[in-house]
Amino acid sequence: MADTVKKNREPLMHIVKRDDITGWKAWAIRIGAILLGLLLTGVISGLLTGASFGEVYSIMFKGVFGKFSMIFQGKTTMLWRFLQQTAILLCLALAVTPAFKMRFWNCGAEGQALMGGLAAMICMIEIGDKVPNGVLILIILASSLLAGAIWGLIPAIFHALYKTNETLFTLMMNYVATQLVAYYVVLTTAGAGSNIIKPVEHGNLPILLGEKYLLNVLVVTFLMVAVFIYLKYSKHGYEIAVVGESQNTARYVGINVKKVIIRTMMISGAICGIAGMLMVAGTDHSINTNTMGGQGFTAIMISWMGQFNPFIMAAMSGLVTFLKTGAAKVADTFFLNSSYADIVSGIVILFLVGCEFFIKFSVKFRHGKKGGKV
Amino acid sequence: MNNILVAFISSAIPLGVPLLYGSTGEIVTEKSGHLNLGIPGIMYVGAISGVIGAFLYEMSCGNVKENMVPALAILIPLLCAIIGSVLMGLIYSFLTVTLRANQNVTGLALTTFGIGVGNFFGGSLAKLVESDLPNVILTKTSDFFCTKLPFYDKLGWFGQIFLSHDFLTYASVVIALIVSFVLNRTRTGLNLRAVGESPATADAAGINVTRYKYVSTCIGSAIAGLGGLQYVMAYANGVWSNNAFGDRGWMAIALVIFALWKPTMAILGSFLFGALCNVYNYVHHFFHLGHDANRELFNLLPYVVTLLVLIITSMRKKREHQPPQSLGLSYFREER
Repeated sequence: MADTVKKNREPLMHIVKRDDITGWKAWAIRIGAILLGLLLTGVISGLLTGASFGEVYSIMFKGVFGKFSMIFQGKTTMLWRFLQQTAILLCLALAVTPAFKMRFWNCGAEGQALMGGLAAMICMIEIGDKVPNGVLILIILASSLLAGAIWGLIPAIFHALYKTNETLFTLMMNYVATQLVAYYVVLTTAGAGSNIIKPVEHGNLPILLGEKYLLNVLVVTFLMVAVFIYLKYSKHGYEIAVVGESQNTARYVGINVKKVIIRTMMISGAICGIAGMLMVAGTDHSINTNTMGGQGFTAIMISWMGQFNPFIMAAMSGLVTFLKTGAAKVADTFFLNSSYADIVSGIVILFLVGCEFFIKFSVKFRHGKKGGKV
Repeated sequence: MNNILVAFISSAIPLGVPLLYGSTGEIVTEKSGHLNLGIPGIMYVGAISGVIGAFLYEMSCGNVKENMVPALAILIPLLCAIIGSVLMGLIYSFLTVTLRANQNVTGLALTTFGIGVGNFFGGSLAKLVESDLPNVILTKTSDFFCTKLPFYDKLGWFGQIFLSHDFLTYASVVIALIVSFVLNRTRTGLNLRAVGESPATADAAGINVTRYKYVSTCIGSAIAGLGGLQYVMAYANGVWSNNAFGDRGWMAIALVIFALWKPTMAILGSFLFGALCNVYNYVHHFFHLGHDANRELFNLLPYVVTLLVLIITSMRKKREHQPPQSLGLSYFREER
């Protein structure tokens, strides 16, 4: 008897779906999660290095932005490098966002960007000395957009026609792109003695106001606003949202779902292509299999954490870039392995992913004994 | 038989083993409705945990092989690998089952984290022993892992292809067969498949959905982690170098689709993929390639074949060839 009574007791806690949560509350939870993540990484850093909490974060801060006095003296190289990395990460995150909003898991940003970069590289090497620079840059832009779009188009067509799993398809396309880049690098450097393509002088994007990274940052800022407007105020953006919520509803209201999937993925791939072009023609003037440095994968998390809002994504890109560069600096100072940066950013991202639960659901505890026997 | 052909096949088999572990583990997880993209990271963690265990044991024996007990030399890394990967599995299942987080994002974050953990400890251990190369070398432990059947070299090509491998290679096939049996022939397997197809129905039938999801994710992670261990201890002869494991984890996930969620098919697929990866190393023995760069293109083979398989299986649309119906979706009881 006693046992059956016990079993009927209400569990200690249960979860309830929240109807709606006010914006500031949701953000308080997210910022709280970031702080918790930072706290944990700070504790881990402290245990590994013996440095105090404040010391770790001041090293991180200086490692990213340089000393404050340096900024006032006009030595802003580190700040610019931070902006550049944030911009490229944001660009890739912007690229995957329209696809994600459509519930199309484009995990192929890395490959699409590499193909854009490869197209730029081929133009720079093969026709670089044959056409004037202005024309060349236009050709590079067009071919990068096209290459990225094609790399996005292939999985989209199969997904639209046969529902082929897009996550794995795009993942595999990354490796095909990487191998194609490796092939091209070996092909062009054959007999040169080294496996590195030397920086090419033709078709470099212009340097504005003497700052190497300014153009990249401006292009991505423009894209940020453009993607925001595209998703929020255009007819295409509306169609993407409907397809993402329910394909049946979309069909019912007369949206051509296949067309929307294919079109959105072409746009997604093309923006990735721009990121690749900015890296190859705008920054490195060369290419290797690690040109995008795995940022295509980080971008997926950025896009999701930023709630598909370009401005929040910009902040998230900044945060992740800060963590990665800062943690790399901490690792450098204390002679730790550089992969420490991946652990730090991984922990903070996991905290952010987990905290969404507390935004969607609320946990209700059992109130005393009386409440339990209703 | 042609010597090169024998060498090709017998070196393709160890290449396929990590893939088989990874895909068997992923199948177990996916059957509960969870697409675990953290598998690549989990395999790294499994490998590094095993390396740490072996490293500490070798140290405690004063680096002398005669002091080491064979059973302990194998069991310690094995247990460490399993514990490490189950911890990763617990993180994943806590986030996706209890906190109902997005599975793709959680998986990707876990992969970043796991690869970071692997490389961090690998690099730190290498620094600890002050070796010139960024490697951790555990040949003594590896010797125990690579103990071969005593009579394999007397059986010519047959022995070379089928009997010349370490015990984890044979274990991978046995585990895949056991998983296949459990999934298709036992009540537990039936319940697990029910959870993956329709958790609401399973819940109504009195199956503890949360427990099944947790246990299957953790067992799947443990199996996948063994793949990482096999790679370091047997294939790489006990040498850990950072990033050497590469993208095998992603290939293992793709193999699940190739195998149509059947562990027995995964056995076939893994060794086929091992062979495809191996073509790059052997192709110049068989064909005249002309330009050096052309050989690079053979690295594409496994990925292109995966893509073709993906496309073909999705075009055929057979009912028994489909993924578990609720794959990738979180389950909340009160949401109907």
